[in-house]
Amino acid sequence: MSRSDVLVSADWVQDHLDDPKVVVVEVDEDTAAYDKNHIRNAVRIDWKKDLQDPVRRDFVDQAGFEALLSAKGIANDDTVVLYGGNNNWFASYAFWYFKLYGHGDVRLLDGGRKKWELDSRDLVDGSAVPERAATEYKAQAQDTSIRAFRDDVVAAIGAKNLVDVRSPDEFSGRLLAPAHLPQEQSQRPGHVPSARNIPWSKNANDDGTFKSDEELKALYEEENVDLSKDTIAYCRIGERSALTWFVLHQLLGQTNVKNYDGSWTEYGSLVGVPIELGSN
Amino acid sequence: MCGAKAGGPDLAGVDVASETIIQGSVTRDGEPVNGYVRLLDEGGEFTAEVPTSATGQFRFFAAPGTWTLRALVPGATVDRVVAAQQGAVAEVAIAV
Repeated sequence: MSRSDVLVSADWVQDHLDDPKVVVVEVDEDTAAYDKNHIRNAVRIDWKKDLQDPVRRDFVDQAGFEALLSAKGIANDDTVVLYGGNNNWFASYAFWYFKLYGHGDVRLLDGGRKKWELDSRDLVDGSAVPERAATEYKAQAQDTSIRAFRDDVVAAIGAKNLVDVRSPDEFSGRLLAPAHLPQEQSQRPGHVPSARNIPWSKNANDDGTFKSDEELKALYEEENVDLSKDTIAYCRIGERSALTWFVLHQLLGQTNVKNYDGSWTEYGSLVGVPIELGSN
Repeated sequence: MCGAKAGGPDLAGVDVASETIIQGSVTRDGEPVNGYVRLLDEGGEFTAEVPTSATGQFRFFAAPGTWTLRALVPGATVDRVVAAQQGAVAEVAIAV
């Protein structure tokens, strides 16, 4: 696997907008952004409505994912290119989710919606939704080698790499959510003991594109993350840590990396688990 | 497109007393600009980022302290330092 297999430039996307085997998919934190405008021929996946079970806290099951992709007109052999706002947070989350269910060829648009907009590239009106014929998509069972659960995190304290990718203020306990969201939350502030705080933003340039492989490797080495050990990344709900998972697993080729999607909203609500306050 | 509105977004429904709010607008020659605003902490580390609204407005829920706002718009990047306190609304107008 190499960077070009999983990450494409805005120029590449521009050149493939009419390729029937390339499906561009917008996954945005603000699920209404697509309604305002989007990249021509892009379809939308709503990370809340489409990817979460409507009742309990978990993902849609294998059959649900098959039904979703079939309805969106995505086939097993299509190249899926994901993009979104907020530096691809939820596009990265969807990338990890597509891999969880075993999609073969999935890629991220480097820089996402922001880079596309800062380049002043064309967007079409929100009402311009492409027609794609339904498919019979077949998903695989979840690949839990890339998904961590709460017991994995508790067992990893002091034993494996825990990478907390939230901002320093969330890590230390000053904030409970990213600062574009209200701060009133039920869980306790802080972080998992022994976690290193390496904010997701250190992986990216201001325009949302990823830093070079060399810069990324140096970042984790300087932060004393021993990549020969198993690693679990987490944030607040698992979307920013999906971006760090993408960097470690897909760009740097570390196969022993999991994303903990329960993240701080689960861990910070557990009774009796240890919590640490303060910065690294 | 309607013109730029003075100040940040409407605070109706926001619990101002318990939040530490930083908000404002981004304009170019008095007109709203579609772009992004990042919130950086005292160490210059990224804390949050929002797209500006159709009227060029943005809002953050921060913690008391000194922060830097960085407006990213096509062709320009502008920084503004702002002090925030709980229960107050720090209004910042950014011209690019």
